[in-house]
Amino acid sequence: MSKASQLAGALALAIGAHGGVLAQAPQPPRPPLKATVSHWWTSGGESAAVRQFADAFNKAGGQWIDQAVAGADASRASTINRIVGGNAPAAAQFNTSKQFRDIVDQGLLNNIDDVAARGNWDQVLAKPIIDVIKVNGHYYAAPVNIHMTAWFFYSKPAFAKAGIKEEPKNWNEFIAALEKLKKAGLIPLAFGGQVWQEKILFDAVFSMVGGPELYLSIYRDRNYAAINSEAFRQVLVKFKQLRNYIDAGSPGRNWNDATAMVVSGKAGVQIMGDWAKGEFSAAGQVAGRDFGCFAGFGPKSPYLVAGDAFVFPKTSKPQVVAAQKLFASVVTSPGPQAAFSALKGSIPIRPDVDTSGLDLCAKKGIEIMQDRSRQLPNPEMLLDPDLVGALQDVLTNYWNRNQTPEQAQKNFIQAMKDNTW
Amino acid sequence: MVKQRSRTSIAAWIALLPMILTVVFAYIGTMLFTARVSLSSSRIFPTSDFVGLGQYARLFRNERWLLSLENLAIYGVLFVLACLVIGFLLAVFIDQKVSGEGVLRTVFLYPYAMSFVATGLVWQWILNPSLGIQQVLRHMGFEDAQFDWIVDQDKALYTIVIATVWQASGLVMALLLSGLRGIDEEMWKAARIDGIPRWRVYISIVLPMLWPSLSTAFVLLFAMVIKLFDPVVAMTQGGPGTASEVPAKFIMDYLFGRANIGLASAASIVLLTTVMAIVAPLYFARSKVVQKRSKA
Repeated sequence: MSKASQLAGALALAIGAHGGVLAQAPQPPRPPLKATVSHWWTSGGESAAVRQFADAFNKAGGQWIDQAVAGADASRASTINRIVGGNAPAAAQFNTSKQFRDIVDQGLLNNIDDVAARGNWDQVLAKPIIDVIKVNGHYYAAPVNIHMTAWFFYSKPAFAKAGIKEEPKNWNEFIAALEKLKKAGLIPLAFGGQVWQEKILFDAVFSMVGGPELYLSIYRDRNYAAINSEAFRQVLVKFKQLRNYIDAGSPGRNWNDATAMVVSGKAGVQIMGDWAKGEFSAAGQVAGRDFGCFAGFGPKSPYLVAGDAFVFPKTSKPQVVAAQKLFASVVTSPGPQAAFSALKGSIPIRPDVDTSGLDLCAKKGIEIMQDRSRQLPNPEMLLDPDLVGALQDVLTNYWNRNQTPEQAQKNFIQAMKDNTW
Repeated sequence: MVKQRSRTSIAAWIALLPMILTVVFAYIGTMLFTARVSLSSSRIFPTSDFVGLGQYARLFRNERWLLSLENLAIYGVLFVLACLVIGFLLAVFIDQKVSGEGVLRTVFLYPYAMSFVATGLVWQWILNPSLGIQQVLRHMGFEDAQFDWIVDQDKALYTIVIATVWQASGLVMALLLSGLRGIDEEMWKAARIDGIPRWRVYISIVLPMLWPSLSTAFVLLFAMVIKLFDPVVAMTQGGPGTASEVPAKFIMDYLFGRANIGLASAASIVLLTTVMAIVAPLYFARSKVVQKRSKA
């Protein structure tokens, strides 16, 4: 066993000395580059999607050792514990966000600069993504997909029943549509009253009603004056206005149960990330025929960019480093990207991907992403996880209790002050 | 004689050694480590800087933490009282030599054997206004029936009390039943001869005699109160809003999802000191009683 791994190490060293592992011409069979991969893609659609990566990686000369942990928090916790314990996985999933910033700052990750240079990431990737994975000039994560957290999904039969002719193009039209749905005896807005869903709903309203400048000046620049502004007060007012259009059973409901209400036509609209498409297709519904999707109001609305990325815990074992680099270049290359996104419900991280296998909404999303001015980072990309959490607490109190927008503004500032060491 | 005693005590020490090591390193060691981390600005990893009581100051400015403590106090009092009363009544009823005692005992104790993550989901459905009791009543023709506590800011916490009492009162019943069975038949005969009503015997004689079982039940319930986490997550996830938040959930959220182990450690230490403040006087009082008894 130890002899074999020594041999593998020597081989990898020899290969490494020759230069790029990928670029090597066919050689006498060498042991595959083993990579333990920690991720939280455990649902049916997700594991089918991640298998695309695994197959591509194995075909490229790697050996994918799957270490799925159910639940994003649990999976990240296990990664952190294993890094601390000195037995880190070769690649570990995080969201494309500040979640792994501390690990970078502690110097516990290998960078993948040469993969990024070969893939021309500086040009290919969207700026909000580069901003979080490139720290001090080095690339520390391989992004694998783009999720947009604020899609509007609506039931075509429900819209027809309520007599709504076309997709709303601004806030007032949206409210008017919700009113019509209510009059038709339907639940206008399918909603799950869980803290993170409330935050997603708020950020959708914030980015679309408040506009990207206000959004960035609060989430990125932490501008207290902007929080106290009338414009932000209006955002809070409009957010709470939506409470009139949800049903009594919403608190605690899971997002997919809310999606099911739109699928069955009991409810009109759901504002949710593009992963909701999985529920529609599982029910045999097709985008454009049974349900519609739009990413905000009008042709200039911002596109909230989120997603997943893999980081590469520090190791000096040459064969592991080689496996990490192979992994990074495989998961970001066009072929696996197309195969993965079609099953995951996300869109690829790069524009030069064959999109024929993707659905209507994903194609719309890719088109929107071409316009750089519409790309807007989601809050997790701009704020530390504990501040995101503290703001969630503020918003959930505002949403669920009898609080005024002014109180929410005050609490917003307090949360920001308390999360700065 | 003396020699023999010292030898057994060495053997006892050797036998106890693994436990002692566990206590010293796993409990006290981690406690001290947690206390140290709570004085640092640690986020995702423990760091060794020193920020004094900054995390504690932040903790006690945190509305959600204060609410969690308040919720825990309300929950704790209601839960322990309800479990003890219902458990006692169940035990007394079963003790009336009812037929089918075995079946009843299983039925009452069964909830305790189940994981709350599973049963919490069922309770969530039962209480959900658009699926559960309220909807059933409305279908039966009571159009105005209302039972929407689980989505009500002011009442969500009580639904957790209801569900956890359902789970834990069977345990209290089992403990008290074994206590009741330990009471001498002669006592009942004597009471009957004296013409004392049955309920009076239970209140004034049996209950005090059950003190050891009751205190065991109390300790077990108290531990459940402090650890309260999965029922909340399964039923309300702390909601609606933050209405049913509890300290354990606060700590877990900051430890993992929010990657702030400094604040989570400060919260754990606060919880630990609270428990010690309640348990230490109890322990002290008990040891006094034991001393007195052994002298007498």
